[in-house]
Amino acid sequence: MSTESTTKQSGGEMPRQRKAPAGERVADWADGRLGIYSLAKANMRKIFPDHWSFMLGEVALYSFIIVILTGVYLTLFFTPSMAEIEYHGSYVPMHGITMSEAYASTLEISFDVRGGLLMRQIHHWGALIFVAAMFVHMMRVFFTGAFRKPREVNWLFGFLLLVLGMFTGLTGYSLPDDLLSGTGIRFMEGAILSVPVVGTYISMFLFGGEFPGHDIISRFFSIHVLLLPGIMLGLLVAHLILVFYHKHTQFAGAGKTNRNVVGMPLLPVYMAKAGGFFFLVFGVISMLAATFSINPVWVVGPYRSDQVSTNAQPDWYMGFSEGLVRIMPGWEINIWDHTLVLGVFIPLMVLPLVLGAIAVYPFIESWVTGDKREHHILDRPRNAPTRTAFGAAWIAWYFVMLIGGGNDLWATHFHLSINAITWFVRIGFFVVPVITFVITKRICMGLQRHDKEKVLHGRESGIIKRLPHGEFVEVHERLSQEDLHTLTAHEQYSPEEIGPETDEQGVRRKVGRSEKLRAKLSKGFYGENSQVAKPTVEEYEEITSGHGHH
Amino acid sequence: MSSETGSHDNVPDDEKLPRAHEGHGETATRGEDPFANPGLPPHENRVQDVDERAAKRSERTVALFFTVSMLATVGFIASYVAFPIDKIIHVWPLGDISALNFSLGLTLGLALFCIGAGAVHWARTLMSDVEIADDRHPIEAEPEVRAKVMEDFRQGAKESQLGRRKLVRNTMFGAMALVPLSGVVLLRDLGPLPKDKLRHTLWAKGKLLVNENTDEPLRPEDITMGSLAFARPEGLDPHSEDYNTEIAKAALMLVRIEPDDIKDKQSLDWSYQGVLAYSKICTHVGCPVSLYEQQTHHVLCPCHQSTFDLADGAKVLFGPAGHPLPQLKISVNKDGYLEAQGDFAEPVGPSFWERG
Repeated sequence: MSTESTTKQSGGEMPRQRKAPAGERVADWADGRLGIYSLAKANMRKIFPDHWSFMLGEVALYSFIIVILTGVYLTLFFTPSMAEIEYHGSYVPMHGITMSEAYASTLEISFDVRGGLLMRQIHHWGALIFVAAMFVHMMRVFFTGAFRKPREVNWLFGFLLLVLGMFTGLTGYSLPDDLLSGTGIRFMEGAILSVPVVGTYISMFLFGGEFPGHDIISRFFSIHVLLLPGIMLGLLVAHLILVFYHKHTQFAGAGKTNRNVVGMPLLPVYMAKAGGFFFLVFGVISMLAATFSINPVWVVGPYRSDQVSTNAQPDWYMGFSEGLVRIMPGWEINIWDHTLVLGVFIPLMVLPLVLGAIAVYPFIESWVTGDKREHHILDRPRNAPTRTAFGAAWIAWYFVMLIGGGNDLWATHFHLSINAITWFVRIGFFVVPVITFVITKRICMGLQRHDKEKVLHGRESGIIKRLPHGEFVEVHERLSQEDLHTLTAHEQYSPEEIGPETDEQGVRRKVGRSEKLRAKLSKGFYGENSQVAKPTVEEYEEITSGHGHH
Repeated sequence: MSSETGSHDNVPDDEKLPRAHEGHGETATRGEDPFANPGLPPHENRVQDVDERAAKRSERTVALFFTVSMLATVGFIASYVAFPIDKIIHVWPLGDISALNFSLGLTLGLALFCIGAGAVHWARTLMSDVEIADDRHPIEAEPEVRAKVMEDFRQGAKESQLGRRKLVRNTMFGAMALVPLSGVVLLRDLGPLPKDKLRHTLWAKGKLLVNENTDEPLRPEDITMGSLAFARPEGLDPHSEDYNTEIAKAALMLVRIEPDDIKDKQSLDWSYQGVLAYSKICTHVGCPVSLYEQQTHHVLCPCHQSTFDLADGAKVLFGPAGHPLPQLKISVNKDGYLEAQGDFAEPVGPSFWERG
């Protein structure tokens, strides 16, 4: 088309046809340079399936954008400096108090910049919601088995985003240099000092000398506004590209298979729904920030290393690490003029283990099943009892530690002994996940039996019928083919068998340890105690043909 | 099996496949399977699809949302101009709150929320809700593509001669391995070496104990039974730049206990007429301990609840701390003021590897 118009112009003739609309011409221009049409061909009418739980990741995405927008605004006023000044701003109760410029500029944002407090509160609420949404989104992906091939790498990207999000939050709420967050940094320093051999060196290098020194706020500032969000932005883009590339998973149902994706197109439905949802999330967080105060740093005052406030709590996502530290007995080993600070170092090492346990699960499951196929149909949690039980146990573990992190709050609010709570958490750390695992698995099995019952005998209609001989029975209603399909669409694995260890000639076959472990796990995952065999066509037909129903 | 499970069999070897029972993923052609996938159900019309008046109503609702959003933005600007930043209003049930923060937040929230609500309502009621099925394609490449890529790679690797010219390869790896060292070296000046910094505080023989609250040197009689007093070494100015770093180690808490009640012998020797001076910095991770229970002489750290018995050499009674709070040996100078007899005998604060 462009060559055509050039010839026309060189010929000096008037174009016979009307020019294309301006939008199209801009698109043509861009396509000639960026190739946007091939991109749009694949994506503009991309189909996305619909389910309420698919929204959770969107909440995380949008709160991240909101946090970036408000964060940029805050940097315009915030001074990341630990230089001590005497305060003479608008907040009268602090007049004459010595504080760092970081704290003073936080007061300025809150009391002198119009809308500054709102931006601070949106930023902090947004951050809390961001991490919470990532957490719940991860749980959704976990319990539906959406992490299976081909999405394992995206699972790891998401996991990294969660961990980085937690540390971005930690470095962020430390910036105001108030008494509460300073205490958190002190805790961090103590934890670093517990690291054998290099602890004191890391601490000196991080703080630019002894705690607290003059550098930690400005260093946290670069980490918080540049390093971590930069990495996260990259991971986020990769995460979304993979979502598009893999196409979204969907639940089983009429017309839905592992080879298609059923739903509505990006343009216009999801443009409007997802785009609109950004505004809904932003709107709700704004209203939250308008009505509920968060992190009022002027209440606790500037950080002083010899002062502390009670109820010292980190933001919720760091609470489990706080719990680990609080419940650990104070073990210290002194040998050859050196100290192993196990009471702090063990919790510091358990922290990545706790997080890592959930991250590696997909790889363990795929090793146990040996399944190399792609999975695009989501599992209902009940149909993967071992996985669901593991996830529930992990959450229970996490919450036990969260209780430990707030043991003082539990003690004061419920008038309990803090020693008793600490001991409950110490024991619960080992016991609660096991109990949760067993109970969850049983619930899943029960639900599977219920599904089987429904498929074979139909659903309870609530209509009571009296038979001629006086017996009352409830009429069961047959399920539609759609429901029958949905309830039987899941696959069930059989446990892996090692087979005889000696062959026909009596020669011992070598069975590796990992193979034995795999067989054992496989039995645990898919043995008869871990799943209810789903109804077969024969069972169904035997019951439905003739006198089977009652 | 493959057609039944409806998945892409990436592994041709049937032996290696998990023994999965038949799923019913694929739309079945067998009429007799009662569990077969019935295929996409026919589209059910919404009221807006058949009744133009209902569609018009939806249109007006969407437009109303967008209009409210516009009004809310006007309200935002009006609030920004109208309310002074220090105006406090009472809003039930929230209490006394900043009028500006409240009005800005609500108007901004409303303006944003209404755009979202309008867009979602538009999508749900007016845009087509016909479900469309799109095909998926295996993520893995076809074997021919894979073979081509492998061939290309081998060709490229061969042309590079990386495998043949060992000298080039090894020196390149060496150079690549060394060059990041520059970056590591550059980190050296992030901070000083620890040396014995964590072993010393500002306390020294003859330094007076200055009351944190009154800035006056303390006498033994200032320390009353049943309360904690906090002290810093004389000469440390609370307005100085290094105050926070110095007091992080030097912070002292003083308590008076009947000498007969002091169980620890050394503790008694280092006290003066029942006045004991302990480091205020918790030996767990360094929070200042501050909650004192006068009946039992227990002191509790509010961060992680480590509890120390001040009557018994600040021994750990409960919680995650690993060793007692260090005690400072004190006496009285000729003018009757409390003074230190030297620095702490052991490092204060959290434990570390070199502590010993």
